[in-house]
Amino acid sequence: MSGSLAAFADLLERLLFTQGRNAKLALLRDWFASQPDPDRGIGLAAITGDLGFATAKPAMIRALVAERTDPMLFDLSYDYVGDLAETVALLWPAPEHPEPPPGLADVVAALELAPRASVPAMLADWLDRLDVSGRLALVKLVTGGLRVGASGGLARMALAEWSGRPVEEVEEAWHACLPPYLPLFDWLEGRGPRPDAAGAPVFRPLMLAHPLEEADLAAIAPETHRAEWKWDGIRVQACAGPSGRRLWSRSGEDLSAAFPEIVAAMEFSGVVDGELLVLRDGVVAPFGDLQQRLNRKIVTPRMQKEFPAAVRLYDILFDGAEDLRPLPFDARRARLEGFLATHAPARFDLSPLVPFAEVEELAVRRATARAEAIEGLMLKRADSAYVAGRVKGLWWKWKRAPLSVDCVLMYAQRGHGKRSSYYSDYTFGLWRGEELVPVGKAYSGFTDVELVWLDRWVRAHTTARFGPVREVEKALVLEVVFDAAQPSSRHRSGLAMRFPRIARIRADKPAAEADRLEVLAAMVGKG
Amino acid sequence: MTSPHPDTWMRVTPKGLFCEPAGVYIDPSRAVDRAIISHGHSDHARPGHRAVLATAETLAIMRARMGADRAGGSQQAMALGAPLDINGVTIRLVPAGHVLGSAQVVLEWRGSRIVVSGDYKRAADPTCAGFEPVPCDVFVTEATFALPVFRHPPAAGEIQRLLASIRLFPERCHVIGVYALGKAQRLIALLRQAGWERPIYLHGALIALCELYESLGVPLGPLLPVPPLQKRGKAEAGLAGEIVLAPPSADSTPWSRRLADPVSCAASGWLRVRQRAKMRGIELPLVISDHADWDELLATASDVQAPEVWITHGREDALAYALGTRGIRARALHLVGRGEDEDEALPEAAPEPAPAA
Ligand SMILES: [Zn+2]
Ligand SMILES: [Zn+2]
Repeated sequence: MSGSLAAFADLLERLLFTQGRNAKLALLRDWFASQPDPDRGIGLAAITGDLGFATAKPAMIRALVAERTDPMLFDLSYDYVGDLAETVALLWPAPEHPEPPPGLADVVAALELAPRASVPAMLADWLDRLDVSGRLALVKLVTGGLRVGASGGLARMALAEWSGRPVEEVEEAWHACLPPYLPLFDWLEGRGPRPDAAGAPVFRPLMLAHPLEEADLAAIAPETHRAEWKWDGIRVQACAGPSGRRLWSRSGEDLSAAFPEIVAAMEFSGVVDGELLVLRDGVVAPFGDLQQRLNRKIVTPRMQKEFPAAVRLYDILFDGAEDLRPLPFDARRARLEGFLATHAPARFDLSPLVPFAEVEELAVRRATARAEAIEGLMLKRADSAYVAGRVKGLWWKWKRAPLSVDCVLMYAQRGHGKRSSYYSDYTFGLWRGEELVPVGKAYSGFTDVELVWLDRWVRAHTTARFGPVREVEKALVLEVVFDAAQPSSRHRSGLAMRFPRIARIRADKPAAEADRLEVLAAMVGKG
Repeated sequence: MTSPHPDTWMRVTPKGLFCEPAGVYIDPSRAVDRAIISHGHSDHARPGHRAVLATAETLAIMRARMGADRAGGSQQAMALGAPLDINGVTIRLVPAGHVLGSAQVVLEWRGSRIVVSGDYKRAADPTCAGFEPVPCDVFVTEATFALPVFRHPPAAGEIQRLLASIRLFPERCHVIGVYALGKAQRLIALLRQAGWERPIYLHGALIALCELYESLGVPLGPLLPVPPLQKRGKAEAGLAGEIVLAPPSADSTPWSRRLADPVSCAASGWLRVRQRAKMRGIELPLVISDHADWDELLATASDVQAPEVWITHGREDALAYALGTRGIRARALHLVGRGEDEDEALPEAAPEPAPAA
């Protein structure tokens, strides 16, 4: 039996409207539990963008609907709705007695096989058989416009919650399967063995660190711990072997296409863990440079030349087919050094250990490390195996003290989920002459008690409302801390903050004494 | 003798549509001497008229909302279908299917007939009598949803989506933003039809009109006020798995802290356009409306066989065009004070005030 496209349309619609992470997880769990194979896996792949078929151009869809509607009414409708896919879904004249709707799996299978010329007729037939939500889902599916805010990472978390398996195991098994993930579902429902990647360049879940609190310092000692720099790039995993090469992000997204020069340099067989950086003559460029390369599907030779990428290695998971993850950190470190010496791949280098005789020495090094590409220190237990996930007490991240500016609250927006009755997202600005320019947005850093106070303040000082957003009197100063300042063409102020959060409410300070934009500008490149 | 065209005896004035020989306004936007009121929504029923003619239900709704002293100096109830003669004009009220008490006003003078339909819908509604088409020379219609993108799905299906969501999120409370007159009671009645027998919880602003509906013979089942928070300041919100009805936007006020992680729902015909629902932060949009959709507007124009249609408010351009292609003459009246139908309003959309860092 094939599941209906209507059920998939319903899932898409709920995901699109749902803001909360927990609610999205609940929707996905319900999808896995209620849908038959292969539809549930196909739906999953469609949402996470892992489905591969040639997509249709919006112009083709438009031509289909033009044959069936009055041009004047189409124009008035399109003008009102503003989105072509949705206009088509709403306007499509359904026949009086439609045939039953097509199944999701049938639709995807047909699209994968169909010659381009026969796609319009197939689409028209399906559109006749669907209701509005189904039509919208179909048009978004074939035009490649499915964006519902559910990443692969979220989907794998939902699979783990639904099946009761650890998310790290799900991650690994996921990457060993292709849509519609039948062996994965067989395993999760207890009918089959865990899918094994065996040599394929699949993603292995990363080992993650806990933020170090003052109290945790007591447990750190040079005999039991190793220290290394925490570089300000993005964590990646490079997998290479006889069956292919992949560059994975921390959450298991495939970055290979965006960094072809890295993939080309992976002249080895194994799995290594490191930081992706823009590196010029051995000097790490600011994070903003790397950002120029991220989120780009196509990368030009010029981009590669202007923003040359490299990987600085922290760890090794596999040497050839040999799984090194059970080894202690010190042993893996020795293997990593040997691995690099043997293969000497271009664009890969070793992140050095930071030697220390006592913890106070580390504190000084952390405080005085002014290279802008360093986010802080990593502290790792010398005897720790490579364990997927964030296991407490093995790896610590000890970030550098943040930068800070005093900003003025400008707008507040209602939060989501449990915070939906609170104004919990704050946009703040700095002075430029007589005017305030927004410089950032934060929704964390404050306590629950402070949230209640801020919410009350916002309600009592509102000057304008725009739906969930309130503009407030420019009267409240917030001390905002952040990890780095960088130039940004997307912001009116020309500046952006990295990881801003509210450190303190400065109700005592007059707004006129908040910082000026120049103060933030001077922090660019400091961090 | 040929009958006079309705535009010789029905005039569009700044105060609204005026029947000259009878000396009476229909749904006037300001206080007048004599008014016929189609139904109780505030864009049709204004306070302060000297004499008011309407159905007994509409008069009761006006008294409940405005207070007896502002709901008309004298009130005269008209039974549906019973004719009344004023200076040679025969007046009848005929069900409009919009909300309890809603009526079309049928006026006949010297063999010429005009039907002023007020607001109406053709879909069944357990809380009010169904629309009856009356053949006429001129049909006066609203055009709230006069675009072919507005086709309301069956309301029962939308209720099923709500019930499915309650099954999926048993630990959360579903809050539906609705206006006090009409939509609230129709939703309750639809939920009862779908077998929802649990108490339905009401925001204080909705209680009076629900009680009035019950006293006028519309059974709504068990209704309870939303209880206040048990302990001040403690996150001990309640009503998980329950349905709460509240005015639109109430779920963004501190009142909603009484509720367990509320799922924000809304019921309106505007929600058919999903992009708009998303802009307003609604998690579960229910496309349920008390106004005619595109197909109903066209079907009604054809059912009443009128050669001419006057459009009071809404998207008159698309409707006038579509009627023209069917050989029906259309005229936009541009009546003042209409178009903000309280039963369909939504919280306003948010602009982008500032960049996200
Ligand atoms: Zn109305
Ligand atoms: Zn109205």
